[in-house]
Amino acid sequence: MRCGSAWRPARRTIQEQETQPISADTPIIELRDISCRFGRQHVLREINISVHRGETLVIIGESGCGKSVTLKVMMSLLPPTAGCLLWDGRDVRDLATQQFNRMRLRFGFLFQGAALFDSMDVYDNVAFGLTHNTDMGDDAIRPIVHQGLRDVGLPIDVCDKKPAELSGGMKKRVALARALVMTPEVMFYDEPTTGLDPIMSDVINELVLQTREQRQVTSVVVTHDMRTVTKIADRILMLYPVSQKKPDESQLIFEGTPQQAFASEDPRVSQFVRGEARDRIRELSCA
Amino acid sequence: MFVVSQSHNLVCRLGARTAQGVTLLGDLALFATRLAGWMLSGLPRRAVLVDCLYNVGVRSLSVVMVTGTFIGMVLSVQSYDQFRMFHLESRLGAVITMSLVAELGPVLAATMLAGRVGSAMAAELGTMRVTEQIDAVRALGAHPIQYLVVPRFLSCVLMIPLLTAVADGCGILGGWVFSTQLLGVDSYNYWFYTCNYVTAYDVMSGLLKSTFFGAAIALIACHRGFHCGAGAEGVGTAATESFVMSFIAILILDFFLGVFTNNLYYMIWPGQMSII
Repeated sequence: MRCGSAWRPARRTIQEQETQPISADTPIIELRDISCRFGRQHVLREINISVHRGETLVIIGESGCGKSVTLKVMMSLLPPTAGCLLWDGRDVRDLATQQFNRMRLRFGFLFQGAALFDSMDVYDNVAFGLTHNTDMGDDAIRPIVHQGLRDVGLPIDVCDKKPAELSGGMKKRVALARALVMTPEVMFYDEPTTGLDPIMSDVINELVLQTREQRQVTSVVVTHDMRTVTKIADRILMLYPVSQKKPDESQLIFEGTPQQAFASEDPRVSQFVRGEARDRIRELSCA
Repeated sequence: MFVVSQSHNLVCRLGARTAQGVTLLGDLALFATRLAGWMLSGLPRRAVLVDCLYNVGVRSLSVVMVTGTFIGMVLSVQSYDQFRMFHLESRLGAVITMSLVAELGPVLAATMLAGRVGSAMAAELGTMRVTEQIDAVRALGAHPIQYLVVPRFLSCVLMIPLLTAVADGCGILGGWVFSTQLLGVDSYNYWFYTCNYVTAYDVMSGLLKSTFFGAAIALIACHRGFHCGAGAEGVGTAATESFVMSFIAILILDFFLGVFTNNLYYMIWPGQMSII
């Protein structure tokens, strides 16, 4: 593997790549020595993360530590500055364009603000992926869209509404339906419960669990809602901001189960999971 | 010491601005190359293209008609007195029509459309970027340039020349109505000299210019939208930059295309000297 080189797509034939066998133990997604920076600001520095098939991995950390960037790098929506991204053990830079597009369609993404297309109604939003990636006609797409909306607890009559007419919880559920109608193998959730009331937050958590159980979907969730973490996480990773970590320390300061996170003796982890301010106001004002 | 430090700062700022400008031009060229690549890969979906054509063309029609009509009438008002001094008011039609089809029609219609269509495009795409809708397009298996930029570019390239033709027509009619009904110019002479002086080449060179203006407006607006900064301020800045950059591009293109069409005319029909 050519880790650490400049982010430059290489081309190989599809036949060459598809002959490579994929072991069941191979992580479905792997980040190797990934760094990401915007101008002079380092957001991620040499992080290594593996996502295993069927698990629900939750990435926690304070605001601005690079959680959402990590998620976008995993789906190749954002190119890293250095390092390798592997899907099924294959470096995405070695994938031919066609195969890259096909593999990316195995992933679904629930954006923080839902990211519904506000020029389209709900039906067109949910049907977007199917319209653009399949030869299915409207007659075939319509029942899939309706089922997708029912799966997330929305009535069919929302189809004609514009995103601006929906509540925050409904928007999130429409966005979830839009991702799920594509039958993804991996779902990425970027702060799925942010801005929602406690009941709606729990509805979204239940939908994440339901999606995982009914569809055997691998999930990667970015959140700082500890109720979400305890409810859905198999494994937790905690990211720490590059600017605040000690030299030669990994940006990933914790990896383990929710129980281990609550029992952690690392003050940074325990402070976060218990949601304690401690000396944070003074630290922030000094920074 | 203070003067040296100040001039040093000035040089630094000038250098930074120049570097920014060069980077922007390079980025715009890369964006145009990617757009060309996607355009060669196939046409956008019909429904998306029709929607864009409607937004750019039909919804701009009224504003272009009003603009064109008043340009024609203003030209008539401004030229009439000077032409009358030389007893050449019968030639007013030729001057109005020539100015409109070759220069004012394409430039002013494009300027109007840079404000109405270009700024709206930059703001729409900028909002899509800020609210992660462009990422969502990519996540759902469509390419943002193919899905969002290609139909907008084609709509501008196809519709802006047509809108310019409408503006030209309205301007000519506006000038004719004002000249003949209010200034008392003879209608027969108005059209006689118009037909004698204004050639199909003048009309076509104006429409050729407007095609390039349309391409520049769409390219700049989409680029600014795609590179929009964060928040409402970023979207506002993208819309403003789109208009300002488009306006400058229209004037620069107008000069070079004017020189080009002029020289081409003398190449095709030699016998008269070009001024450049």
